[in-house]
Amino acid sequence: MVTFIETLRSPIERKAMATSPTTVLRVPPAVAGVDRDMDMSQHPAAITARGMNFYYGENQVLFDVNLTVPERSVTALIGPSGCGKSTFLRTLNRMNDLIEGTRCTGEVLIQGQNIMEPAVDVVLLRKHVGMVFQKSTPFPKSIFDNVAYGPRVAGERNRAILADLVESCLQKAALWEEVKDRLGESAMALSGGQQQRLCIARALATNPQILLMDEPASALDPASTSRIEDLIGELCANYTIVIVTHNMQQASRVSHQTAFFFEGNLVEVGPTTQIFTSPSQKKTEDYITGRFG
Amino acid sequence: MSTPPLSVTPQPSDVQSLKSVNFISGSDSTIRRRLFLSRVFAWCCRIATYSALAALVALLASIIVNCLGRLNLSFITSVNSVDPAEAGILAGLWGSFWLISLTTLMSVPLGIGSAVYLEEYAKDTWLTRVIKVNLSNLAGVPSIVYGMLGLTVFVRMFDLFGSSAAKSKAINLLGIVKIPLPLGDIILAGALTMTLVILPIIIIASQEALRAVPSSIRTASLALGATRWQTIRHQVLPAAMPGISTGVILAVSRAIGDTAPLIMIGALTVARFCPAGIDSPVKLLTEPQRILQAPMDQFTAMPIEIFHWAKQPGDDFSPVAASGIVVLLLVLSVFNGFAVWIRYRTSRGLKW
Amino acid sequence: MSTARPSMFQRSRSANPKEQLIHVLLLCCALVSILTTLGIVVVLLRSAVYNPGPKTAFFEEVSLGEFLTDTRWKPVERSQLSPEADQGHFGIWPLLSGTLMVAVIASLVSVPTGLGAAIYMSEYAGPRERSFLKPVLEILAGIPTVVYGFFALHFITPMILQPVLKHVFGIEIGLFNVASAGIVVGIMVTPMIASLSEDVLRSVPRSLREAGYALGSTRFDVSMRVVVPAALSGILAAFLLAFSRAIGETMAVTIAGGHKVLFSVNPFEEMRTMTGYMVHQSFGDNSADSIQNKSIYAIGLALFVITLSINIASQWILRKFREVYQ
Repeated sequence: MVTFIETLRSPIERKAMATSPTTVLRVPPAVAGVDRDMDMSQHPAAITARGMNFYYGENQVLFDVNLTVPERSVTALIGPSGCGKSTFLRTLNRMNDLIEGTRCTGEVLIQGQNIMEPAVDVVLLRKHVGMVFQKSTPFPKSIFDNVAYGPRVAGERNRAILADLVESCLQKAALWEEVKDRLGESAMALSGGQQQRLCIARALATNPQILLMDEPASALDPASTSRIEDLIGELCANYTIVIVTHNMQQASRVSHQTAFFFEGNLVEVGPTTQIFTSPSQKKTEDYITGRFG
Repeated sequence: MSTPPLSVTPQPSDVQSLKSVNFISGSDSTIRRRLFLSRVFAWCCRIATYSALAALVALLASIIVNCLGRLNLSFITSVNSVDPAEAGILAGLWGSFWLISLTTLMSVPLGIGSAVYLEEYAKDTWLTRVIKVNLSNLAGVPSIVYGMLGLTVFVRMFDLFGSSAAKSKAINLLGIVKIPLPLGDIILAGALTMTLVILPIIIIASQEALRAVPSSIRTASLALGATRWQTIRHQVLPAAMPGISTGVILAVSRAIGDTAPLIMIGALTVARFCPAGIDSPVKLLTEPQRILQAPMDQFTAMPIEIFHWAKQPGDDFSPVAASGIVVLLLVLSVFNGFAVWIRYRTSRGLKW
Repeated sequence: MSTARPSMFQRSRSANPKEQLIHVLLLCCALVSILTTLGIVVVLLRSAVYNPGPKTAFFEEVSLGEFLTDTRWKPVERSQLSPEADQGHFGIWPLLSGTLMVAVIASLVSVPTGLGAAIYMSEYAGPRERSFLKPVLEILAGIPTVVYGFFALHFITPMILQPVLKHVFGIEIGLFNVASAGIVVGIMVTPMIASLSEDVLRSVPRSLREAGYALGSTRFDVSMRVVVPAALSGILAAFLLAFSRAIGETMAVTIAGGHKVLFSVNPFEEMRTMTGYMVHQSFGDNSADSIQNKSIYAIGLALFVITLSINIASQWILRKFREVYQ
């Protein structure tokens, strides 16, 4: 079995495993399109978080988080439940604004602009920073209307343009072939995995540059999960993706860079191979090897 | 390491050029328009909500302005009169008192009993389903239809005993009370009718309260060897009591204000006497035998008197009607204050 | 057979006679509601449709066709020796039109207000504001209908309708009119629409709202393009319940709607509703056997059938809605 997996590994991975002196985890093969040894410094940054602190009322849940997400790459946020990774993700499109009594300090730069500024237009921000949730959230409308929702609220009325957009987004989300003959049917009738890909297509329809994914596959069966993972590999050619996941195998498969959160602190961040084979922090190693979490 | 930035080099046509965006609000005219629309919509909803408050204020203000100069102590110590300056609500007050007391006495055990049966005993048979569907339909039947039921079944008793005016037959109870047959337009008939009106409300509220009691309480009690009824009597009902009493109070307040069924059964609109002649609480103590006679007497009720005054032509009686409304609303707010108090008290005590 | 509370009580179904007596007593309590429904049906049918005794029922004297098609309502004894022209007419339309006018005006008032309030409370208001608004609506819902009648007669008509119509449109209207009755009934059912719709809106999962916001929606987009469409069937059920309430509403329309039996669609006319007619007739001193008295039962039956159908439709829709989200 091990040898079979070995054959699937890319040369780069084999090199990484051979060269890293303290391999703590056998890293599964990456999905196509993901280079886990990417040198981040070579890339322009899509998101730069600096000195982020986050509070629910009096309760501080993020402490001085600094993280740079490179353009057109996948960054995985891992860590035990309640470590603040989802909270961090949700600050990137200011979804936390919707929760009463939350407060955030520090800055998040996207395209050189601090999106935490009060003057920032969150509607515009969220159009450019799309989000996919843990539970698939199709609106109780037709498949077409779901994908066309974003452009429609943004004022697009032209049926032909919408139809083109819906088709291209469904194709990008690898759903087109399955649903092209029943675009008018209710999205609620799709399977769980299809619903989640529909939600990805819907997020793509607003033409974002960044996609945030909050455990997008945790409610799905293994087959659907692997389709989503393949999709992430395809999408990262054009989009910057930040994904929160509980599943470390998944993080290691789909991400260029991995960030480990623990108790509200960003413990360690680095190329995925490095985090999974030779983490510099003891905490990271303990978590990755399953001592807690 | 000199690996290329991406392991799979995308085709140039796939790569979307990053268009730069200005996130500062107001930079995008479409979004500016949408946010404006959103704000206008929010204001419309806010205005709709607060117009309900405005209606309430206008309603109370119009009543208070109308009752000024007429509402005084003599208004609640005298009976109705053709002279607006002398008309009072005493007869209606006592009529409502008897009516509501009897209604409560009958509807509360019946209502709670039904709810306990449906929630704790009933199996999912066709009969149970019929009862449950029937309950929600009954709650939507206009109260005036109950009035027709009361008129035919209680007041006239299907004319089985001859005309109600004759009151020829009667059941004699303990030598003190005579229950006429058919009942005729007496308080008992009104209370029976009103019981049926509010029964669905009490049952539905009690069912909800019983459903909110965690089944662990029942299991625990049964595990200690208690019978089903002991479990309900000593564990489930006390736990559900706050919810049940809130429902009962709301139902009874509805009965206090409901007029149509009473008019249908032929309650008096103009009555210059109090039922069984009890016109002060003192008489309840000094002449207790009258307490049993009162339910067999004819009556009027507060909302009926208000209705009568409100539809008098001209403005002579509008201060009287407004004063009656103030008294009615005061009685209602005492009841509802009680419900709020129960809710408040229990929200700090029992919590699951 | 499945039980409401399975297995827990099965074995304690004891031979204890006291326990069994209590079981039977409680069952009798529950049967009262069934008896009530049966009673209503029997009473209405007996006087309106078919009387097994020596007396005749309403529809044994007046044909159902006449009742449903005639546009005149003039309840006069047919056997009276009177000229042909003065024969009684028993067409429900004048009374039904009054009732429908009130219900439609009430809906025009209460549907936008109630839905707006529901959206405001579920999507906009914070917990503090809600805890203030909810009791206001409860108070509004708890005020007896006779009070609303007074409000229509002494505020809505003289302070609002009459001055506005006179100064803006130059129309003089009487003290009694369907519009004022409809408006107060609308105010009366607004809290009902608001609280039922709010419950329905709140049962739309939070995740749908978040998904909407994450796609760059404004609050308006989320409210009107996500939440309200998702809750539409439940909201419709609330509208139907309120409409049925407005149809069965009695005291306010009797006080404010006036006395004329009129087949009209003019909201500023004085019009008697079905319920208003029933109240009016019960004040008359007609004998129990008179056609006037029997006509109350016929109207009552019509009222019962109409409100019951609307309520059943509403419950059916609401059940369908709950199946989607629970």
